[in-house]
Amino acid sequence: MALRTLLSCRTLAAAVKPELGFSVGLRSLVTFSLPDLPYDYGALEPAISGEIMQLHHQKHHQAYITNYNKALEQLELAMSKGDAPSVVKLQSAIKFNGGGHVNHSIFWKNLAPVREGGGEPPKGSLGWAIDTHFGSLEALAQKMSTEGAALQGSGWVWLGVDKELKKLVVETTVNQDPLVTKGPSLVPLVGIDVWEHAYYLQYKNVRPDYLKNIWKVINWKYASEVFEKECP
Amino acid sequence: MALSLCNLVSRNSLAPLPIGRLLLSTRGLQTFSLPDLPYDYGALEPTISGEIMMLHHQKHHQTYVTNYNKALEQLDDAMNRGDPSTVVKLQSALKFNGGGHINHSIFWKNLAPVNEGGGEPPRGSLGWAIDTDFGSLESLKQKMNAEGAALQGSGWVWLGVDKELKRLVVETTANQDPLVTKGPSLVPLIGLDVWEHAYYLQYKNVKPDYLNNIWKVINWKYASNVYEKESA
Repeated sequence: MALRTLLSCRTLAAAVKPELGFSVGLRSLVTFSLPDLPYDYGALEPAISGEIMQLHHQKHHQAYITNYNKALEQLELAMSKGDAPSVVKLQSAIKFNGGGHVNHSIFWKNLAPVREGGGEPPKGSLGWAIDTHFGSLEALAQKMSTEGAALQGSGWVWLGVDKELKKLVVETTVNQDPLVTKGPSLVPLVGIDVWEHAYYLQYKNVRPDYLKNIWKVINWKYASEVFEKECP
Repeated sequence: MALSLCNLVSRNSLAPLPIGRLLLSTRGLQTFSLPDLPYDYGALEPTISGEIMMLHHQKHHQTYVTNYNKALEQLDDAMNRGDPSTVVKLQSALKFNGGGHINHSIFWKNLAPVNEGGGEPPRGSLGWAIDTDFGSLESLKQKMNAEGAALQGSGWVWLGVDKELKRLVVETTANQDPLVTKGPSLVPLIGLDVWEHAYYLQYKNVKPDYLNNIWKVINWKYASNVYEKESA
């Protein structure tokens, strides 16, 4: 009984530290909230419409967070009861919604308005690594666009770095699987959402046009920071 | 010998024999073309917008047909060269695009304008079987809506009949997997497309509203015909 009261302590804790994006109950279940976009919804136009950005952020990402939190609470309960079948059954909801939260949180940082550096090619060590591994930034963009266009159903196309092998990789994941499901040492640098909701209102069925245009608002500064942290 | 085989495959475009929707070349490789809708694009409004119907039919379904034909030709070629690696590699494109063609061909027949019987409950043996297996038509709809809403990523929710066990089933499939991938004796009666392209322009992220509404244009006459044929 006291456990249920403590779980609701979350909202009290959130009032204390709202900027953390998560709240802590006395039982230490951490739940999550929607991170703010670092730019206005319309700031990525004409590459991505404001209507898409708003729905994508306020509806889709929010739903993943809401459902992730719900699954986490159910998981915690099942764990405390020693209910192994429920723990296992919940993994699908955890992966899908947790993955959705992880992936979209990265995605918003992968994008930037043009006047804030969106589209500016990477300099420094990441730029050099891209030229070394792929020949050029154009070749990388083409490879990712091709794989994104060919992806069957819903998923993501990633530029990642293998922090063990110190190598850049291009990978795809299905649905909301995070990049780490393709290899435990893979760290995402740039993720491009190819679910239809990411582009359909603007590009309709023409996913290749979306993939061609999104490079104009990719925030290579963020990707470089992550890369330099993993490969100092 | 190999040369003439390749020439014959390309005969598809020279002298299509319009036997139904199949084009026959002398070698017997059958390719496919987009079936016509039995109603106007706007005839399912306000349930499904004319814009969606047109894009869904002319762009999405057409693409599956085009890519299925391409994969079939490549398969034919690889089989004639005794190239098993390529044969195996093509299975993904065949399943995805062939499945897309199969599923959408069924889908157009699953829908009908209200003034042509769309939405009218099934009578006869199918209506009786639904009541027996699910309790009522309402509870069948609720079950399919719940499973459709919960489907992660892209896919379909099906009402099918198991022709061996003589039993109705509700199933989901991922991406463009046809119902038969869930069981070799399953025959599709009704398929609901829950890919985002099927509803997003009109319903945005609110998939449940699409699912609630689509029943108003479901063509139970077609489903009954298929059911009676399998139950005979």
